[in-house]
Amino acid sequence: MRNRLSSLKISAILTAAILVATATPAVAQGQAYKAPRTADGHPNLNGIWQAMNTANWDIRPHAAAMGPVPMLGAQFSTPGGLGVIDGDDLPYLPAAAAKQKENYANRVKLDPEVKCYLPGVPRATYMPFPFQIVQSAKTIMLVYEYAGGVRTVDMEKVTKAPADSWMGWSTGKWDGDTLVVDVTSLNDSTWFDRAGDFHSDALHVVERYTPRSADTLMYEATVEDPKTFSRPFKITMPLYRHVEKNAQLLEYKCPEFAEEVLYGPLRKKPNNN
Amino acid sequence: MTTSRCISIIVLAIALLAVDPASAQALAAAKATNTPAFTPPRTPDGVPDLQGVWTNASAVPLERPKGLGAKEFYTDEEAAQREKQSQDQAERAVGGRQTEPGTVADVHYDLGQYGLSRSQSKTAESKRTSLIVGPEGQVPPLLPEAQKRQAERAAANRGHQWDGPENRGLSERCILWPNEGPPMLPVGYNGNLQIAQGPGYVAIMQEMIHDVRIIPTDGRPHAPQSIRQWMGDSRGHWEGNTLVVDTTNFSNKTAFRGSSDKLHVIERFTRANDDTILYQFTVEDPTTWAKPWSAEILITKSAGPVFEYACQEGNYGMANILSGARATERKAAEEVAAKK
Repeated sequence: MRNRLSSLKISAILTAAILVATATPAVAQGQAYKAPRTADGHPNLNGIWQAMNTANWDIRPHAAAMGPVPMLGAQFSTPGGLGVIDGDDLPYLPAAAAKQKENYANRVKLDPEVKCYLPGVPRATYMPFPFQIVQSAKTIMLVYEYAGGVRTVDMEKVTKAPADSWMGWSTGKWDGDTLVVDVTSLNDSTWFDRAGDFHSDALHVVERYTPRSADTLMYEATVEDPKTFSRPFKITMPLYRHVEKNAQLLEYKCPEFAEEVLYGPLRKKPNNN
Repeated sequence: MTTSRCISIIVLAIALLAVDPASAQALAAAKATNTPAFTPPRTPDGVPDLQGVWTNASAVPLERPKGLGAKEFYTDEEAAQREKQSQDQAERAVGGRQTEPGTVADVHYDLGQYGLSRSQSKTAESKRTSLIVGPEGQVPPLLPEAQKRQAERAAANRGHQWDGPENRGLSERCILWPNEGPPMLPVGYNGNLQIAQGPGYVAIMQEMIHDVRIIPTDGRPHAPQSIRQWMGDSRGHWEGNTLVVDTTNFSNKTAFRGSSDKLHVIERFTRANDDTILYQFTVEDPTTWAKPWSAEILITKSAGPVFEYACQEGNYGMANILSGARATERKAAEEVAAKK
């Protein structure tokens, strides 16, 4: 009896070992995970997600550095990061490279984030705020906590943008378990990060959201802008689910926070009375 | 029935008894109105489907015109005549105001030029004389403490209304528009909204000013009371075919028609037919009104799409208002100096 049990145990262990051995390479390639489905049969991406990296400071690899406002000391200085782009540097055209340096030098004045402007795509994804995916068969709403930004992805048909806008025009389709979002008609006023990395109105972004485990998605954005870059480049990062039971987006209605920056000099001064 | 279920029912009963009487009254008022018998389409998750692009543009005023007394509905003839008047008026507005170029009068908005005139937008037909239901048809008078609060708010701004951005209204500051609510009230133009539903959530996006209210319907409690927001904190549940949304945690600064942070809003969304959502709300605030009040708005399907309304990004008005005020002050000071 004891022998029989042991042999059963051994065969179970062997089976498990074989399963693990065969499954491991597939997991490494991100192929083995199959996302749970919504009631209508699509991969279920619903949830509150957030990037956990320093891309909003600089999408390129960067060491830690003192922040642009020395008075804020270590509290608002820049953490280092390995970068989220393919390669070590962005393929700027010469004039664009010069403009990026100028943007960087004047970033406190010029970064649209300082003014509470909508962040554009892909920056909205990796702002240090959560965003929520509200997914139905016809429409996927991407709702960002920062500045109440929102995009609705039309899953039924490819439509034409009525005009250029800050968050662009998004149409989507499924490629296996991956949600592919084509983003066009973005205006030229948003940046990629706080380091002055920028683009023109020729920007075209193709995003891929691929479930990689119950609580992580892989995010990939192919960025193309022939007026600014010599070739397309890719941004890649995991997104993490907020697993707290009570997780919810809160308001970040930031116009109020930017009023001093934008209108301070236009205030009535006490000595004008 | 198991013992544990018995206990949980008793606990629930006690919890219901403990609800403050004003809330219970408001809830009853919200429930009392008749709900349509239409069988709505369902989402794949099995709840009523409210999704799509809608507009809450309305020709009905919030409060009943004084002369109408307790008359809650127009007759068919009266309604048709009013509709025609309103259309004629709106069409004249689309034609544009004839003003002399280069004059101050020539600086104005032609809503029709941008497709924003009400005659250019679909409006649900309604015979209501006011959005507020009931014989009174008015927002109840402010309680003395609310009048005092209102007077203090006004006094703080008197003589300072052009000093800085904080002295201007919330919509001018791109913080909050009345259509966003809750309660979501019709505004003069651009009353478009889009509803999306994921499992356990209803999301309502307003074209102006692109904020999304994400309403969990999974039975979770409200956020901690210490968190106060412009649009409050919304929780929803389904009652038959109706989405019921309870919103608390308002900021004192929201000041909805003189309210305090005790503001409590209950909304009910019911599909009346393929083309219409009956939107009902009840508002209460025991520090502001002696009793709750309720209104009804018909939200109708819109062709869409919803455009991006980038308010903050295009807010030239605020800088212009403030620099205009500073220029006026400078000019006045120069005139005083010249007289000396």
